[in-house]
Amino acid sequence: MYQLDTDTSKVILSLLSILLLIVPLISGVFTTIHFYNSYEFTELMLAQPLRRETVFLAQYIAVASSLCVAFVVGVGFPTLIYGVNSSSLTLLYTGLMLTLVFVSLAFLVAVLTRDKAKAIGVTLLVWFFFSLIYDAILLWVVYAFGEYPLDKTLLVLVSLNPVDLARILMILKLDISALMGYTGALYKDFFGNYSGMLFSTSILLVWILVPVWIALRVFKKKDI
Amino acid sequence: MISIRKVSKKFNKLHALREIDLDFEKGKVYALIGPNGSGKTTLIKSILGLVIPSGGDILVDGESIQKSWLYREKIGYMPQTGRYPDNLQIGQLFEMMKNIRSSNQSLDEELYNFFDFALLSNKRMHTLSGGTRQKVSAALAFLFNPPILILDEPTAGLDPLAVEILKEKILQQKKAGKLIIITSHIMSDLDDLATDLVYVYEGNIIYNDTIDTLKKSTNEQRLGKAIVHLMNQNSVQQ
Amino acid sequence: MNCLTIHRGLLLLLLSILVPLQMEANIIEVKATSGKSISGAIATAKDGDTIKVYPGIYKEANMVITKSLYILGIDHPVLDGELKHEIFTIAASDVIIEGFKIINTGRSSMEDKAAIKCLDANNIIIRNNILHHTFFGIHISNSSGIIIECNYLLTYGAHEYEHGNGIHLWKCTDAYLQGNVIEGHRDGIYFEFVTKSKIINNISRKNKRYGLHFMFSHDDEYYHNSFINNGAGVAVMYTTNVTMRYNKFEENWGSSSYGMLLKDIRDSHVEFNTFSSNTTGIYMEGTSRTLFHKNEFRENGYAVKLMASCDDNVFSKNNFKGNTFDISTNGKTILNTLEHNYWDKYQGYDRDRNGIGDVPYRPVSLFSMIVEQVPPAMILWRSFFVMILDRAEKSLPVVTPENLKDLSPKMKSYDLHS
Repeated sequence: MYQLDTDTSKVILSLLSILLLIVPLISGVFTTIHFYNSYEFTELMLAQPLRRETVFLAQYIAVASSLCVAFVVGVGFPTLIYGVNSSSLTLLYTGLMLTLVFVSLAFLVAVLTRDKAKAIGVTLLVWFFFSLIYDAILLWVVYAFGEYPLDKTLLVLVSLNPVDLARILMILKLDISALMGYTGALYKDFFGNYSGMLFSTSILLVWILVPVWIALRVFKKKDI
Repeated sequence: MISIRKVSKKFNKLHALREIDLDFEKGKVYALIGPNGSGKTTLIKSILGLVIPSGGDILVDGESIQKSWLYREKIGYMPQTGRYPDNLQIGQLFEMMKNIRSSNQSLDEELYNFFDFALLSNKRMHTLSGGTRQKVSAALAFLFNPPILILDEPTAGLDPLAVEILKEKILQQKKAGKLIIITSHIMSDLDDLATDLVYVYEGNIIYNDTIDTLKKSTNEQRLGKAIVHLMNQNSVQQ
Repeated sequence: MNCLTIHRGLLLLLLSILVPLQMEANIIEVKATSGKSISGAIATAKDGDTIKVYPGIYKEANMVITKSLYILGIDHPVLDGELKHEIFTIAASDVIIEGFKIINTGRSSMEDKAAIKCLDANNIIIRNNILHHTFFGIHISNSSGIIIECNYLLTYGAHEYEHGNGIHLWKCTDAYLQGNVIEGHRDGIYFEFVTKSKIINNISRKNKRYGLHFMFSHDDEYYHNSFINNGAGVAVMYTTNVTMRYNKFEENWGSSSYGMLLKDIRDSHVEFNTFSSNTTGIYMEGTSRTLFHKNEFRENGYAVKLMASCDDNVFSKNNFKGNTFDISTNGKTILNTLEHNYWDKYQGYDRDRNGIGDVPYRPVSLFSMIVEQVPPAMILWRSFFVMILDRAEKSLPVVTPENLKDLSPKMKSYDLHS
């Protein structure tokens, strides 16, 4: 039983890096490429008696749902087959949320740029920022202001990055023993309970909905 | 049918359209020509609502198209390059379009039948040649029997037989009293089809009259020659 | 079940003393309804008598036993200290107290009030009692030959100062603790200057401070105990020659909570234990010549925190699985040996297929040292950036101690559960 347990967490650990790195990358880049590849068709659709909102949202839902299905099939099923527990469910949940966040961000990038190459470049930059640069800055902040009580500040800073937020939800499951030692207790108290789940979910929802909303606003006025 | 009132469009510093006034009437076929980047595509896209003008207004049947979308029921649009989702089948595409334009108008399936799409209905879009995709675009534009047809380079990439079929179709629609706007670089095609000529240059309408008038004023029998004449005149003026 | 296996040598010894006495011994019966009191019975009894106490509630306290008596509760009669008093104080040798439920002792840290106290006595058995809401549970000083078995000690209260220790021994030898369950006290089991003793099959959990706390207690042996979810885990200090085998240290969470804290321990054996889900599995400083063999470290924050003041310790054939960090340290020169351990994070290969990885494993990660310096950095754990940092450091050690490595990491884990 224990043997199986450690195996599951090992599987989840290896999937975690995929989750935090590859999922945002694929979601973002696929969305941008898709947006520009179907540009002419979008144009034809817009020449039909349809609202721009309808065309945009249909496109968003199509891309988001196919990426979500891809995630569930590629990552979700194998994990769940290994064992349904709170870690694997959290993995599934954060993976789906991250997919949606990066689809939204990529849509925003796509409507704001004029050509495909630039859009992919900016999407990669966004991905790079959230998965690497942001954390590097955070570590620098932690070092530079180590004498000050940072917990609350870090909590806010971490919530501002969807990748970090997803990561913390995961390490609360996987490294709870280590986390309890330090500020972790604060994070456990904050994210570990029902209202914490609600909080992180709503932050992620903001990360999903706000970019889509702005993108829609831009798209409605965009010259195709 | 379509009235364009002082329509301007600026892309950053580029003036694509400068306060254009234009009327398109039904029963006529307009040849919309002009060099690359002259603004004709912008003009078409403005009518379709794809480009939002920086100033002025466009009326279709007397109603402003701003913030409106249902007017596009009246327009059949054939884009210059028709690209469709790769895995969509021809049959599915037609079904989808019928779904979108769930109007009560009787369908005009003549082109659909001419091009034998019923036989190809299981073919996926990415397997089709550029010419076949153009045929699909054409069939879709005429399918809903719309009073206005906007055709962007309709004959480009089509085989000669298909060109003839399409031209026949356009003439037939013209007789049916429809408004047809065509952009093309193939003057012989336009010569056969168009009644009127709109020449756009650097965002301005340089010429807007019937082709007969143009031919008379330039003493040319062929449209191509007449237009060369017009262009020369234009550069002299400049 | 554990309670039935009695330490035979001591029991035989005691029986040989008690049995001849009982030949001429009387049995005095005390019933709540008959108006007789336990203290009265104690007063009239002679050495070697048995006092049988029948069920009921007895509000008798501060009973001092100065004779060799067998005081036996039938079906756990209740002795209520009314939150003011102590219950039994044993000041004679050869005493057995068995089968009582003792509740509500007084609480005073000045006098260390206890349910059962024992001073300067030898050959005492305290067996099968239930101690509920007591200050100190069993408090024994300056005695030898003590058997404490199958007692259940439970108390509650929010603050550490409201609690005494569960089983508290001071300056004893040859004590034998078996099958006790201790819950909610300050320290579950507290030993100071207790030597040559055995602690077997006890469960100490949810105590406010330490599950087990011992100092200057040499030559003791601990087998099959569980220390679970105690405020600060287990602390063992200033002791030589301790043997700890088959114990469980679990769920001790907090920044200063340890599965086991070792401070100035020498020549000891820590073998076949399980350390799981602790913030720190083992924290050790000033520890030397100690063998850590075939222990399982599972899902701890840090499996082992090895301070630079430790030397000559050997970690061999242990399993390290699912820990956030395997080993962390505060120095660069490490004089301890790691060999033949299984590390689940090991990514080396075994080309000659002898079950031993061909490249050494370095269990100290750069990030664990960063966290050591700035604890809030922990929230960056498992981020891509930190992963890159750790990889870079692993391939070219700059900060982490070069010589702390397992030269013979096992490819497969040991089966330590049987």
